[in-house]
Amino acid sequence: MTSQTLASLDDTELSRYLEGSGLRFCVGPYTYALRSPLPIIRYGLARLYADHPLAANDGFADFHLSFRANGLLDFLRGHIHFQVDEQSPFAAIPKAQAYAFLEWGMNWCVSVTLHEYLKLHAAVVAKNGVAVVLPGLPGAGKSTLSAALALRGWRLLSDEHAMLEPGSNKLVPLPRPVSLKNDSIELIQAFEPSAIMGPVSEDTHKGSVAHLKADLASDSHDLARLPARFLVFPRYQAGAKLRLSPKGRAESFMFAAHHSFNYSLLGESGFDSMSRFIDNLECFDLHYGSIDQAHSAMESLLHGRYGA
Amino acid sequence: MRPSVADLLRNPGTAFSLSLSDWDLLVPQLRQTRLLGTLRSLLAAQSDDDRKIPQEVWRHLDAGWLLHQKQRHSLDYELQHLVSALAEVDEPVLLLKGAAYLCGDLAPAAGRLISDIDILVHANKLPRIENVLSSYGWSAGAIDPYNERYYRRWMHEIPPLGHVERGSTLDVHHTLLPPTCDVAIDPSTLWAEARELQPGVKVLCPVDMVIHSAAHLFHEGEFDHGLRDLWDLDCLLRHFVKTEGADFYPQLLQRASDMKLLRPLYYALRYASSFFATPVDLAALQSMGLQQPSSAQIKLMDFLFVRAFTPKHSACRLSGTGLAEFSLYLRSHYLRMPLRLLLPHLIRKAWMDCFPAAASSKN
Repeated sequence: MTSQTLASLDDTELSRYLEGSGLRFCVGPYTYALRSPLPIIRYGLARLYADHPLAANDGFADFHLSFRANGLLDFLRGHIHFQVDEQSPFAAIPKAQAYAFLEWGMNWCVSVTLHEYLKLHAAVVAKNGVAVVLPGLPGAGKSTLSAALALRGWRLLSDEHAMLEPGSNKLVPLPRPVSLKNDSIELIQAFEPSAIMGPVSEDTHKGSVAHLKADLASDSHDLARLPARFLVFPRYQAGAKLRLSPKGRAESFMFAAHHSFNYSLLGESGFDSMSRFIDNLECFDLHYGSIDQAHSAMESLLHGRYGA
Repeated sequence: MRPSVADLLRNPGTAFSLSLSDWDLLVPQLRQTRLLGTLRSLLAAQSDDDRKIPQEVWRHLDAGWLLHQKQRHSLDYELQHLVSALAEVDEPVLLLKGAAYLCGDLAPAAGRLISDIDILVHANKLPRIENVLSSYGWSAGAIDPYNERYYRRWMHEIPPLGHVERGSTLDVHHTLLPPTCDVAIDPSTLWAEARELQPGVKVLCPVDMVIHSAAHLFHEGEFDHGLRDLWDLDCLLRHFVKTEGADFYPQLLQRASDMKLLRPLYYALRYASSFFATPVDLAALQSMGLQQPSSAQIKLMDFLFVRAFTPKHSACRLSGTGLAEFSLYLRSHYLRMPLRLLLPHLIRKAWMDCFPAAASSKN
């Protein structure tokens, strides 16, 4: 593997790869190979993946993704197909939404294909070598909160998958841009005007979607696993008063297991891993009405001053 | 020359000397043909040292294996429920295809994935069986009335049932091919020869199992996992020739002849041996009555089926694949029913695809 990053490619080289043999880059332990003729994809990658390591062209990629127009119908409609392994498992999409689909498809690959780790549906952030897992239902604000933390010096380990090494409390970093939806886009832009955002995809099935470059820490692409100490369930409610309250382990277990991608697939080993993981964590509910509040609550958690 | 998936399954030992760039092309093909777990189990049988395969490749093979293990457990669980459900109407569970291989631990089982559970039931008990399955949570859900009528009138199975809680899919067949096919399958003879695996659970006898696998594959119109289905046949043939002895092939031929299914059996033997070197003496079988199609027909079928059994990947794609796929799709419909039934159906389906809302509201 080379230590070059995507930023070392100029625009011409980037399109040569994307329109030719494929651009190969690393996200945590995985390698993606991507082909695309679309300028919006090239633009988004150059903005958001600049610091990701490139992978060898003659090596092994875990996931082969491509955007391809399938025939005249796609061409006339301005649609394009998103392909995985040269297959088209999804319906055609408007070209303008391609970037959001790329990010979504990259998640999908990790969610459905590999089972070496127990995968929870959660964001993961870290500071001072301690990881905090943030599970949450859609709309609970886990992405907004992790985006804000990444912009305030925390390291983002993952926006979507908390990948647990079975039988340990160690999490595998999978740093990717953070997906922001609708109001969160402006909220984060206002929170940090220098934040780097990718293309905005309007009118997707989740509304407007844009991604934030979140690999801002110097060790963002470090591959070493990090121990988790806290499991925090964020819940955003406009105008709510800040409340950080301990949560029962049994309840936390049930929620995390229910929102795991492969807990039931892993069977007994999934149960053992989840039990051991939860047993070594402190679990909290975090209700908040503004991200500044939530940020300070997360800082106090690290310094052992919570629950006051 | 890049190795093919078929070569790899036939000679798994060659996997240990593949380069990362070989694997880069092979893993997508293995995933697409649902053979990751199968290769994983073949490699584990070759060597207990999994470090001989690069770790970043092994984790993909292993994911296929884990999914297979999970499906095996789920199948045992579903089977308990099915056995008690069907016992209420005094019907055993006769498993077909993948579920039968897994449950009977037959040769293709190692690492194999299944997408649903296929069972055979007595046609005259269907209404009672549907009732009892419904009380156990299996239902067809919302289904377009035209599709429902089509299934009921022309098909060998009822619309697929999904379990309301567990999401498992059950395909209930009352015979092996659509009754409109020009074949002579008598379900009562299938039942008479079926073998018991455990109390309340049966599978087809070896010759019927091979014939069903062949008939199913060579009447198909889609070949997404055609190579896997051909691999099933290779495994079954190698397995049964050992367990059933020298009588196996003569019996297989006799039975296929009785059912008017010699042609799909011929194709099964031809393509299994050409892709996987299945030890079959085609010349000897021909002297026993296995007729070979004309040489022009063989040329055409070779063109079609070699493409159907080649994974859909740029590393191995042959020219003319699109044409072959389309021809096989038409062929499958033509085999399924006479043209006087087929043409109105295809026109209706095309109409429903173009105007989904209009089509269903008229029913």
